Amino acid sequence: MPNRLPSRDVAIIGLGWTGSILAEQLTAEGLDVVAIERGPWRDTPTDFNVNTMPDELRYRIQHELFLRPAQQSLTFRNTLGQEALPVRTWGAFMLPNGVGGGGTHWNAEMWRFLPSDFVLRTHLTQRYGAAFLPADMTIQDWGITYDELEPFYDRFEYLCGTSGTAGNVAGRILPGGNPFEGARSRPYPLPAMKQGYGHALFADAARNLGYHPFPQPSGNLSAPYTNPLGVQMGPCSYCGFCEWFGCANYSKASPQTTILPTLALRKNFEARTLCEVTRINLDRTGRRATGVTYVDTSGQEWEQPADLVLLCGFQLFNVQLLLLSGIGTPYDPVANTGVIGRNFTHQTTSAAIGFFDKAKYNFNPFMSAGAIGMCIDEFNGDNFDHGPLGFVGGGYMGQVQTNGRPIETTPVPPGTPLWGHGWKQAIRDNYLSTIFSGAGVHGSFYSYRDIYIDLDPTWKDRFGRPLPRITIDLKPNELRMSAYLTDKYAEIIRAMGARQVVSQPRKGPYSMSAYQTSHLCGGAIMGTDPRTSALNKYLQSWDVPNLFVMGATAFPQNAGYNPTTTIGALTYWAAHAIRSTYLKDPGPLVRA
Amino acid sequence: MRLPLAVLALCVSAGLARAAPDAQDFETIARGRALTVAADCQACHTAPGGQPFAGGRPIETPFGTILSSNITPDPDTGIGGWSDHDFVAVLQKGRGRDGQHIYPAMPYTYTARATHEDDLAIRAYLATLPPVRRAVNDDTLPFPFNIRAALGIWDRLFFTKGTFRPVPVKSAEWNRGAYLVTGLEHCGMCHTPKNLLGGDRSGRALQGYALQGWFAPNITDDRRRGLGSWSVDDIVSYLRTGHNRFAAAAGPMAEEVWVSSQGDDMADLHAIAVYLKDQPGQDVSAAPLDPHRPDMAAGAAIYADRCSACHTPDGAGVAGLFPRLAGGPSTQSIDPASIVRVILRGARSVSTQAAPTGPGMPSFAATLDDREVAAVATYVRNAWGNAAPAVTPARVAADRASLADRPTD
Repeated sequence: MPNRLPSRDVAIIGLGWTGSILAEQLTAEGLDVVAIERGPWRDTPTDFNVNTMPDELRYRIQHELFLRPAQQSLTFRNTLGQEALPVRTWGAFMLPNGVGGGGTHWNAEMWRFLPSDFVLRTHLTQRYGAAFLPADMTIQDWGITYDELEPFYDRFEYLCGTSGTAGNVAGRILPGGNPFEGARSRPYPLPAMKQGYGHALFADAARNLGYHPFPQPSGNLSAPYTNPLGVQMGPCSYCGFCEWFGCANYSKASPQTTILPTLALRKNFEARTLCEVTRINLDRTGRRATGVTYVDTSGQEWEQPADLVLLCGFQLFNVQLLLLSGIGTPYDPVANTGVIGRNFTHQTTSAAIGFFDKAKYNFNPFMSAGAIGMCIDEFNGDNFDHGPLGFVGGGYMGQVQTNGRPIETTPVPPGTPLWGHGWKQAIRDNYLSTIFSGAGVHGSFYSYRDIYIDLDPTWKDRFGRPLPRITIDLKPNELRMSAYLTDKYAEIIRAMGARQVVSQPRKGPYSMSAYQTSHLCGGAIMGTDPRTSALNKYLQSWDVPNLFVMGATAFPQNAGYNPTTTIGALTYWAAHAIRSTYLKDPGPLVRA
Repeated sequence: MRLPLAVLALCVSAGLARAAPDAQDFETIARGRALTVAADCQACHTAPGGQPFAGGRPIETPFGTILSSNITPDPDTGIGGWSDHDFVAVLQKGRGRDGQHIYPAMPYTYTARATHEDDLAIRAYLATLPPVRRAVNDDTLPFPFNIRAALGIWDRLFFTKGTFRPVPVKSAEWNRGAYLVTGLEHCGMCHTPKNLLGGDRSGRALQGYALQGWFAPNITDDRRRGLGSWSVDDIVSYLRTGHNRFAAAAGPMAEEVWVSSQGDDMADLHAIAVYLKDQPGQDVSAAPLDPHRPDMAAGAAIYADRCSACHTPDGAGVAGLFPRLAGGPSTQSIDPASIVRVILRGARSVSTQAAPTGPGMPSFAATLDDREVAAVATYVRNAWGNAAPAVTPARVAADRASLADRPTD
């Protein structure tokens, strides 16, 4: 029997971005909040020590900040007929662990989605006709519009000290910014970062080709900043250790650098780390969450009752916990019924490597940052006519090279020996004169009937619970999109003056071995109809109204952008609904 | 008892006709709380992780470690059974309830400056706290320092009795600042140099003193080693938030800000700053070391590599986040204890309601050896117009050894 603890107003599962934002918002409301996090407490001077953080072997190769597969994993297969096998080392995406979650080790690329992304099915159907979409594509509208979300995008950007050049303020298109972006109510809080030589050269080439390059919106700060919570951040030092690493300089937006110092001072907040929630408990009706059960490092089980439960874990484990707790109907791709596990998506990234004449070009790639870069948005969303192209979707592309780290970022031309003198010589010849953006093309990944998450029938986690099973592949639509966009991208790299361009469009089948991005989305999506969505437009469970589910879990499909800014905006949007409406009258915020 | 007190209160409260302190009077208790915060009683009278004011915290002195006493109203182990007279005798005379001398780890040489009325207000506030039963051993010093009678001699040498006397030519604000700094705030307890017997070197008040592995810097208006470059508002900001455009409070000062000065009255903080800015600096001329010295050259390279990302190449730092190293007392104090400590041990600055960030610096003990620490400390103390004596590798080695025995903070 678990030990039963005194009841709290709010139990938060997972203390990453969304858990931290909600904890801040609800403690400000005077509620008694406990956050239960399966990983350790982490903070800047001790855990992101500037002496030891720039260690590629430790953090990039050995995955220091991430979940261990022995703690929790998943199984993977491409198609329904295959047997899924457990993932024993991370590859295609990284699974976060510990306070700050993915917000500690991200690059901090801070994109908003396009207005049309939120009404995707309606928009594409209107423009191209329903028959233009593949029959098995299950894209949906979000049930929320860009205009509704805009004030909350703004809040998240100002929390983070986002550095960028606005392209559209209140409908006015401004020079130097992204002319395709939705209207923003005000400019970014900080000016854009400085750009390296390679990044600037990309912008010149893109401009010459008739595109509209702009600096990538960045959570690596261009200047000192004090956010609305009074928390201070420093200017980025362009050290090139962002993704996979914690920031040692207080200059990358993360829960640690933006929220947790304020939260730590609040007496109505408690964080319980190294405690893994194993179940959301329901009352007999199955319509009300009574709290959560978790296990500490001693194996002791605890029951934490709470009036309001906020599921703020990583996308995959949010879905697993819903399925294990019996909340909502599990999705069945054959019968096409149920919602939990439905519309699982990822991101279709690709690249083109540019090798330049080393006598003429020196890009100093080590001087970089996670969200530095010059981008174009001409080929994102529906910013271009898909009619003659035979696919939907798109992505931004840019010279967004984040680093010149010595193990990973040593591109060499095809045909180079894999080891020995020839390999070393090729690295010497190319290290300073190569453009190598791992995800230079950041494509969308739309949803399909047979790409989903369920519980594995065979493989169990350390508690004996079924592992989450993902069934995922790259569909012809995404492959065509990737081929088209990667060609456009390679053209720009060539126009920069590269002597050789190696184009790497995404190829199927979906592979678990090489890193793509960690942008897993969907599985408990938001929407307007409980038959096709798990959550209403306020991210509240249709089935259990005192449960809200945060994060990219709610995305009906993934757009051609990094997801975190939209996650942050949705979290503030949900927090606003909870504070202004739900707490006054707890119950469904939308009648089904 | 009431009448003489009322008379005294009338004498000291300039223009304010206050009633005699009544231990249950709301205003007295509220004022007592403010004074208790200003005097930072809680910091010393609370054991790490213990109940507030219940005592038992080890206080380091040059003669051994003393445990602070329980000042909650518990009748047996606290001060619940004490009379007002007993309480005032501690603050004014340094004598315990039994008439015995108490150790000057209790800053009675400072609290003696406080008015009787303020003493009783503090007493009134402490009487409202929950009583905590916790007996504290008050005889922990080794022979011969355990002979309390000897403290009578100490008192004759170093203790001037008597409450604060205003200086008529100075402003009311200056006098308020002087009353607090030389009295209940007991700033000199850490910041005034001590003689061999632990008495204040009164001719050098507030010119800095090494204790607990730190150097509490000069807080006079000295341009190089003191607060000469700080404005009154800079001082107020530092005391209020733990941070200003130059510096961040860490170590014992972080505790002082957290427990005491972040809760102080703004007018009092302003008065303190006005008084400190009026304490004349020594302004001894000093020339920086030759930048071509081997340790300076090595220090410059280490600084560029290890320090400049946060503290910036020109030592300007980032206001409120990364302390400024160019100018100011934390880098140029004659005694380099603090800078060596921070490099070896790292430091966490205080997180306050007004400045919640609480940035920290990691330890460089594992990545820089004694020579490298000495070189970079020497460089920082002599770059950008700074000038201070070089730090030797031997000094770093000695500090590294002594810090190894200290708990983290």
